[in-house]
Amino acid sequence: MATEHIVVNCTINGEQQVFLANERDSLLEALRDRIGLTGAKEGCNNGNCGACCVNMDGRIVNSCLVMAAECEGAEIRTVEGLADGDQLSPLQNAFLEQAALQCGICTPGFLVAAEALLEQNPDPSEHEIRYWLAGNLCRCTGYDKIIKAVQQAAGQSVV
Amino acid sequence: MQAVKYARAESVEEAVSLLQDGGDGARPLAGGTDVIVQARERTRDIDLFVDIKHIPEVIGIEHGTDGSLTIGAATPCYEIYGDDTIAEKYPVLVDSCSLIGGTAIQGRASLGGNLCNSSPAADGIPSLIVLEGQVEIAGPNGRRTVAVEDFCTGPGQNVLGDGEFVVKLHFPAPAERSGARFLRFIPRNEMDIAVANAASAVRLDGDGNVTWARVSVGAIAPTPLLVGGAADAIVGQPLSEASIAAAAAASSAAANPITDMRGSIRQRVHLAGVLTERTIRQAAERAG
Repeated sequence: MATEHIVVNCTINGEQQVFLANERDSLLEALRDRIGLTGAKEGCNNGNCGACCVNMDGRIVNSCLVMAAECEGAEIRTVEGLADGDQLSPLQNAFLEQAALQCGICTPGFLVAAEALLEQNPDPSEHEIRYWLAGNLCRCTGYDKIIKAVQQAAGQSVV
Repeated sequence: MQAVKYARAESVEEAVSLLQDGGDGARPLAGGTDVIVQARERTRDIDLFVDIKHIPEVIGIEHGTDGSLTIGAATPCYEIYGDDTIAEKYPVLVDSCSLIGGTAIQGRASLGGNLCNSSPAADGIPSLIVLEGQVEIAGPNGRRTVAVEDFCTGPGQNVLGDGEFVVKLHFPAPAERSGARFLRFIPRNEMDIAVANAASAVRLDGDGNVTWARVSVGAIAPTPLLVGGAADAIVGQPLSEASIAAAAAASSAAANPITDMRGSIRQRVHLAGVLTERTIRQAAERAG
């Protein structure tokens, strides 16, 4: 099958990007294989696990369920955009301090999703955090430490 | 992934023409949360995505001056449950849209897509049915409108013909003292496909008599069902334990489910009744 390449113009982590993609590429494949941003992970590749979460035009999406071609003109934010140089974001620091990761595969998705939650709801309840993150699966931590990290980043007291 | 091509349609006419020229392998793309998976896992032969969500009338929410509601087919779930007027007047849509997938799915998935995917277990369709939703379809011969309950014809199948796609969904203004509720049964709290689901809508008069009702049950038949017998069992009298039990029995009797990894025939027949009972009670509470 002949490979059809397309040109996509979008903003990624605040920078204008022009990249070539295969017309059948997902946004996840474009990020990882074309642009070299390997933070977003391929877990299930069908929208269940949330490891590929990125922020697209202000909403979190599963990048495995977005075609790269759909990103023309879009504003994409990935886990690579959270830190300011060597300075981790408060949420990233909270994940470290609460030991909210073990193998780390799910972590970029959790960070992007939780960052979006805190942007729109700076003081979420535990219930709201758990529901917001229900589409992100972690098989290591049992979730409690992740919830605590989000609570810490929200400035809540964490027991 | 199959060798899928992508085209962004700028108008309804362009989308129809792309879909018609593309033949069986062309599929409309809204949020993509079903069709992209189907293309990747080759459960459907898809060689062209026609992106319809940049067509102005296919996306967005419009509240008519007469109190009616129009939702563009590709409008994502989060916009629907985030709309204050929908939350106030059509809370049953919030029930459905906040249960479809997780947050990242709700950022893309649409009610038009949920309808066109035509799963027997779709969490959007029973709510659309009890709200008397009308589906506006565009195609090579112009526009036509189909009632939601007549749209699905089998698992993954619907009335859409060659070159046709769903443009928007229309809902009449809610009547005085009316209410509707959707519930889903799954073995966990979120992020699962319904073992069974149901929506009910009721209207009450000043004396508390039910003057009108609709009950729709999903995942218990090849398509989501409008159960006329369940509505008949409660209309014309105040809600009572006896009338609600009769409605539940009517839904169980209408159920024609399969046994699969999510539930057995026996469990689904039972759930059709339980969810009918609960949604009727909660719809009446919302009616006030």
